[in-house]
Amino acid sequence: MADLLASRNLRCWLPWALIVLGALVLPVVLPPFRLNLLGRFLSLGIVALGVDLIWGYTGMLSLGQGIFFALGGYALAMYLQLNELKPGELPEFFSLYGVKSLPAFWQPFGSPLFTLISIWVIPAVVAGLLGYLVFRNRIKGVYFSILTQAALLVFFNFFNGQQKLINGTNGLKTSTARIFGELIGSDGMQRNLFWLTVVLTVAAYLLCRWLTDGRFGDALIAIRDDEPRLRFTGYNPTAYKTVVFAVAGALAGISGALYTVQSGIVSPQYMAVPFSIEMVIWVAVGGRGTLIGAVLGAVLINYAKSLVSEALPETWLFIQGGLFLLVVLALPDGLVGWWRQGGPSRLIAMVGWPPRTATYPALDLDPQVAAEQEQLQNPRAGQQR
Amino acid sequence: MDLLYDTLFNGLAIGSVLVLAALGLAVVFGLMGVINMAHGELMMLGAYTTFVVQNIFKAVLPDALFPIYILVALPLAFAVSGLAGLLLEKTVIRRLYGRPLETLLATWGVSLILQQFVRSVSSAFAIGLVVAVVAGILVARFTPKAWWQQRWTPLLGTGSWIVTGLVGVAIASLLGEQRVFDQPWFSARNIDVTAPEWLRGSIDVGVVNMPAARLFIIALTVVALCLVNWFLQKSVWGMRIRAVTQNRTMSDCLGIPTQKVDALTFLIGSGLAGVAGVAVTLLGSVGPNLGGNYIVDCFMVVVLGGVGKLAGTVLAALGIGILSYVVGSGSLLLVWPAMPEGLNAVITFFATTSMAKVLVFALIVVFLQIRPAGLFPQKGRMVEA
Repeated sequence: MADLLASRNLRCWLPWALIVLGALVLPVVLPPFRLNLLGRFLSLGIVALGVDLIWGYTGMLSLGQGIFFALGGYALAMYLQLNELKPGELPEFFSLYGVKSLPAFWQPFGSPLFTLISIWVIPAVVAGLLGYLVFRNRIKGVYFSILTQAALLVFFNFFNGQQKLINGTNGLKTSTARIFGELIGSDGMQRNLFWLTVVLTVAAYLLCRWLTDGRFGDALIAIRDDEPRLRFTGYNPTAYKTVVFAVAGALAGISGALYTVQSGIVSPQYMAVPFSIEMVIWVAVGGRGTLIGAVLGAVLINYAKSLVSEALPETWLFIQGGLFLLVVLALPDGLVGWWRQGGPSRLIAMVGWPPRTATYPALDLDPQVAAEQEQLQNPRAGQQR
Repeated sequence: MDLLYDTLFNGLAIGSVLVLAALGLAVVFGLMGVINMAHGELMMLGAYTTFVVQNIFKAVLPDALFPIYILVALPLAFAVSGLAGLLLEKTVIRRLYGRPLETLLATWGVSLILQQFVRSVSSAFAIGLVVAVVAGILVARFTPKAWWQQRWTPLLGTGSWIVTGLVGVAIASLLGEQRVFDQPWFSARNIDVTAPEWLRGSIDVGVVNMPAARLFIIALTVVALCLVNWFLQKSVWGMRIRAVTQNRTMSDCLGIPTQKVDALTFLIGSGLAGVAGVAVTLLGSVGPNLGGNYIVDCFMVVVLGGVGKLAGTVLAALGIGILSYVVGSGSLLLVWPAMPEGLNAVITFFATTSMAKVLVFALIVVFLQIRPAGLFPQKGRMVEA
């Protein structure tokens, strides 16, 4: 027992114990509506992990993660639309636009296996392709950001305008679809989805941990800090960037699929410009370059958003705008970064308890050092003497 | 054939708005490497200034003066947006020098705040805001100097702003109980600006029928371009701006006040956004979301045009404007009825405003494969590898 409580061991198993405990207890404690919200926000944590990989570690600010998020959501929603249809039937909305036969690209989504793969492969391929075309030309920095944003707008326009293909601006509903004979919107199903989300979030976290811990992660950080130098050392930054952008795309796709089934609909709004920038702020508030910060930030900010929007909807944009400014100007490493860099003890030091510093005992006893220290802490008193 | 000219003329008008809007963005980006996400909101401020000026002319001044209100609105809009931009530069952007991605996020936060501000500003709100800001500044002025050199000074600074902010909110909500003060100035709805008589008609030139408002916009653009070009090429400060754009460190060494140059450029760029806002009111009703409709197009202009020359911005803006109008309005089909079958289908597919954007973006990405730095790249050894 004592061995288990030793601080190093504690750090090892306590987080896992808390996660398991949370996953078991929360569904009992929280009402279904809140549980559903938590599940959604956790799934947003997965896309935040992807943003952290490409922005926090690699230094590429993508404002277009919504593309991959929505692609994952659409892939799953298309399968759910086709699921349990009788042969020859079409999803309901097609009749509104007088479409008689299923469009060709819908066909493969009848298969569950294809769907499960396409949820993350399609976003990854799109991201990889887009990334390759951009990185190949060494387009980076702000140019990259605004190109991804333009790509986002393009996808948004495309999905918004194509009623006959994917129901345009109305999106695809999933809450009324059935899977394994049970309604997706039902409380029992939502609880299962919550557990699935917890498992996948942990898995995504471990994947990112694994990616960033090794040489691959070192290369990413090198790209962030000095890309030309990495290139001169003989690495090919384009390949690394393309791969990591594709991984982030895949994560976004999985996240989008989970979010879709928990919120009951996928629509082009998932590709709206503000939503994708919000993803960045989740990571920034949580702490970029810290994986746990990305998940925490996503959950915290979204919970705050839903609480504020329920109480005072008009103030949310002010708060959000203020958060952008605050995080960039005052808290560049986010909450987790602030915590890890000794923020709390600095805060305590400000109100009067400076942290005990480890020095040599002989130094502490030296009268001159003591006088100097006093002078440093109280400069005005020193001048008078 | 008239149809062709008509289409070209309309495309030219839309392109000129884009020139006006993107001009300021491009100059600022070339100088500071900063993308101002709040540029669209500065346009919106210009548009709302026009609205206010129009209402003042309607309500207070004699009817005979009404036709010239737009000429009064132009310099006023320039001043309002320019001052807002100057404030933004002094308070936010200056602190983030050398961190373009962070600047992008911070300015996005500012754009959110500006949008919501226009939606919910009322007399009570404005009074509360002014009280909070003035009180916050006064606290800093009239407290003992010694308080600002202590360990806990950061807490004092933050705390005093929080307290004055809360006081402002309290005053605003107290005043808000009076109907007179609670009335929002603009509300979230779109506003309509009535164009003066002389801009409502149209002029026939040969076979082409030109709406006067669009002619006015084109003329405005030409005048603005000439002025900016004259300023940059002939005036002393313009020369300084060009010098800093080319080599900031060297200019600094030679005694050019780079901070003043930054502030001045930002003021001019923002002011141009305000002028663009005036032009936009002539095209239709405007609302708090105005910025979002233009900002991505403006970014594309900057990416495509490069930052080396003004001509790049002009060419790119006109190109994007004309191409998206010509494709989007579907008038290619009417101009050239004998089009081959396959091409015909393609053109029809892209013949909506949103699908035209898809095509234009695809073309830009293809173009960037050939010339990654845009039409007129910045030249010289200082350009980053």
